[in-house]
Amino acid sequence: MPIEGQVRIPSGCAIAGIFSRSGERMSGDDVIRSIAVMHDRSNGLGGGFAGYGIYPDYAAYYAFHLFYQEKKHPDAQQQCEAFLRRHFYIIHAGVIPTRKIPEITDEPRIWRYFVLPLPEKQETSQLDEQEFTARCALRINAEIEGAFVFSGGKNMGVFKGIGYPEDVGRFYRLEEYGGYSWTAHGRYPTNTPGWWGGAHPFGLLDCTVVHNGEISSYDANRRFIEMFNYQCTLQTDTEVITYIIDYLHRKQGLSLEETAAVVSAPFWSTLEEMPEPDRSTQIYLRKRFSNLLITGPFSIILGFEGGQMVLGDRLKLRGMVVGNHGDRFYAASEECAIRAVCPDIAKVWSPEAGEPVIVTMDRKEAAGTCAPR
Amino acid sequence: MKKIYVREEWCLGCHLCEYYCANANLGGGNMAKALKGRPVHPRIRVEDDGKISFAVACRHCDEPLCRKGCIAGAISVADGVVCIDREKCVGCYTCILSCPYGAVLPAEDGHAVQKCELCIQTAGGSPACAEHCPNRAIVFEEGGASA
Amino acid sequence: MDLYVHPLFEVVRNEKKCVACRACERQCSNCVHAYNPDTGEMEADDSKCVNCHRCVSLCPTKALKIILTDHCFRPNANWPGENINEVYKQANSGGVLLSSMGTPKPHPVYFDRILLNASQVTNPPIDPLREPMETRVFLGKKSQKLERNAEGQLVDNLTPQIPLTMPLLFSAMSFGSISYNAHASLARAAAALGICYNTGEGGLHADFYPYGPHTIVQVASGRFGVHGDYLMAGAAVEIKMGQGAKPGIGGHLPGHKIAGDVARTRMIPPGSDAISPAPHHDIYSIEDLRQLVYSLKAATGNQKPIIVKIAAVHNVAAIASGVARSGADIIAIDGFRGGTGAAPTRIRDHVGIPIELALASVDARLREEGIRDDVSVIAGGSIRSSADWIKAIALGADACYIATGALLALGCHLCRQCHTGLCNWGIATQRPDLVKRLNPEIGAERLVNLVHAWQHELKEVMGGMGINSVEALRGNRLMLRGVAMTQEELDILGIKHAGV
Repeated sequence: MPIEGQVRIPSGCAIAGIFSRSGERMSGDDVIRSIAVMHDRSNGLGGGFAGYGIYPDYAAYYAFHLFYQEKKHPDAQQQCEAFLRRHFYIIHAGVIPTRKIPEITDEPRIWRYFVLPLPEKQETSQLDEQEFTARCALRINAEIEGAFVFSGGKNMGVFKGIGYPEDVGRFYRLEEYGGYSWTAHGRYPTNTPGWWGGAHPFGLLDCTVVHNGEISSYDANRRFIEMFNYQCTLQTDTEVITYIIDYLHRKQGLSLEETAAVVSAPFWSTLEEMPEPDRSTQIYLRKRFSNLLITGPFSIILGFEGGQMVLGDRLKLRGMVVGNHGDRFYAASEECAIRAVCPDIAKVWSPEAGEPVIVTMDRKEAAGTCAPR
Repeated sequence: MKKIYVREEWCLGCHLCEYYCANANLGGGNMAKALKGRPVHPRIRVEDDGKISFAVACRHCDEPLCRKGCIAGAISVADGVVCIDREKCVGCYTCILSCPYGAVLPAEDGHAVQKCELCIQTAGGSPACAEHCPNRAIVFEEGGASA
Repeated sequence: MDLYVHPLFEVVRNEKKCVACRACERQCSNCVHAYNPDTGEMEADDSKCVNCHRCVSLCPTKALKIILTDHCFRPNANWPGENINEVYKQANSGGVLLSSMGTPKPHPVYFDRILLNASQVTNPPIDPLREPMETRVFLGKKSQKLERNAEGQLVDNLTPQIPLTMPLLFSAMSFGSISYNAHASLARAAAALGICYNTGEGGLHADFYPYGPHTIVQVASGRFGVHGDYLMAGAAVEIKMGQGAKPGIGGHLPGHKIAGDVARTRMIPPGSDAISPAPHHDIYSIEDLRQLVYSLKAATGNQKPIIVKIAAVHNVAAIASGVARSGADIIAIDGFRGGTGAAPTRIRDHVGIPIELALASVDARLREEGIRDDVSVIAGGSIRSSADWIKAIALGADACYIATGALLALGCHLCRQCHTGLCNWGIATQRPDLVKRLNPEIGAERLVNLVHAWQHELKEVMGGMGINSVEALRGNRLMLRGVAMTQEELDILGIKHAGV
């Protein structure tokens, strides 16, 4: 059966996120318990997590997480590492520690590399460090068969695979990591077993997206964003949403609020009644970036260095609940997933359709690629 | 009150109004059956010199000269519609002579007159000529604003 | 009339129904019908009938029908009767065969082999009666660099756009090729609908300047009717490089149609032939086009988007790429099934490529080159229904042009005799008695009805796909599947076969 990338696979899902505004590092345990409550929203064909602040010792380096399909493409690792060596300093490399459990089988070879671009290479490319790194990751995914970069930001990492998310979390031993921000995803793909690379979160640099829904604008968005050196190799909604956010926020310099106004644009009837200067700005964004409007049901949690953004579609076709308790911020597809880890939560609410909820660390020094400008 | 207004600008001179009128006043059934092989006696007439054409029908004047002249009291105004009582009409044709628009005509039998009564007796109050005019040159409306 | 050519149509009159009202006789500009006072019956001269259905439509007893003659040649698969008759006509006249409207040849219509998608289970269809369903679009260049003011607020630096309540426009038909009343109908309808109509190359009649914001003014190779106020009057200026029905061919409006208002509006002496050259004589290459684009921008104080309309020819993608780099804001592509007031038959029927393939390859090419956002793309050339319209948008069109469909709404019955100037429906004629047959009050109403109906259908289909704004349908080729096509055709269209 074809896998992601060869065919487009719509899927329903569960998502969850936990964030500490004070930057307190939490083990992966809470977010696993949170997503586990929504077990029935997944079907065992994909689960994953993103953790931020998990590699403090290597915080200055891009952490590349790679899947190698060694059975089908025995040369993949060799080719990929040769490519990495040509373009990066590799400061550390090794297998990502996993735990053998019966629920998770047939895993690919899973490696991570802490890297920095070779200055002469980057200089020749005339790209900034992030763009250079991002393009290299995209190139590996597009060109080296059997190698797939599934995480590539600084001081953060994505962990994902085939299985229920709680099992995937145990497989990756996430209880051993400490991060100030976690997102999680349980997947319900509708037609194929999928493969490890097709699980979520999807990440580009330090931006990760977990997403619940199936967007109807997919091919309009994909064909547009591919004009700007993105290749939607996985053909998933999450991938294209991540690229859209990266393009609008990192490359075009829109704020996260402005980015949200593009992808979940208010209806014209709402726009016209807005007070100035919002009205002009939003109308401009709608006209300027109409190809990046996302329609159809979705709710996402965007993870980035120093924060999270929760966003739903313009009609609110997918449920999403957020809550605050002390310095913690919680988000999940269902309130039960928040109550599971914070039973006495002080405040929970459902954001309005298309309304972004953005949380950032109290400390302002964190300024990743996705951080609000 | 809604009246029939004619708009010369859009009259094509097709004379279809005459046939629809005649048919409506014969009961509004199958036109071929009703009119095949017989002369029509419509209550609306298209004046047509080959260059300019327009339909003429009763204007339902507020002070109808036809009624004033009627020696038999056969013409009355009911709800703004100028009507003829065939039973009372003696066929003197005074009304025909007094109507400045030529909108009153002899009936088919010649014993009485006939004129447009806005299809109140026939097509449910929606004049057949206006309804069927292919170019909206005859309209049935209030005040004739677009006339 | 050619002695060798047998009339194509026969007028069939049901004598039991005919009441001899003579409406047919009065309405036929071709003098087919006549009343015989001796018999009291109507008679018909079949040889003059063009099958325009004016008599059929107006006959109050529905006593008339027109049938195709069953007169035949000895059957010959290689020499169908049409070819034989064309030889007779040319042997008789020595002239180029002329035709009107789009080609009637059975060329493949790819729209009919494309099927649309709908949501099931994994995402919800949206009910357009309950939820907003947006169709508003803006045509024009979208790729300006973002700018912020001192307060950090984004500045609206977009070059002028054409706002449309839905991605549809009436395409170019000149005053002269069609009547004053046809133009009046289009102008009123465009204003009522919040869309645009297009003057074609005939200038803009003084009466229609109030409809300027809903008008696209055309500049074509003859430059008829072009002056400063004209350029400033419209919502956009269109440079017509080509027309789908007759790529590589200019236009010719014969002197007998150039009278009164038509001559005045075109700014040429009454009675003179209005000949639009095949090329613009100031555009012999792409760099010349750029000069004209910028001349027009300068002439309009950079206030009007510039559309460049090209016919769909073999290398249309490369041409479109050049146009996109010429400074044009919008490219209009006209497919070869598109209509015309008059064209040489051979050109109309054999030159150019279908709009579906042209549009798909232009859209793909502009994306490959990363310049799709520099221009909007309007597709035209036989958009026959909302289904064609929707498929064109999903293939990549920002908007569609319709013309034949609009004329049909006005009464046109596609008899394809526009070039005779005897249009019984008051559309393609300048004869005052015929022109008045088209009451613009009715015409505009029917156009508004048609377009509203299509808009409803667009919304229904979008809702079914789970799309609530038309920009998410644009270029969304995953919503399309092909049937009965070769892999090559599918590849050009950039769609998959149904079932995969």
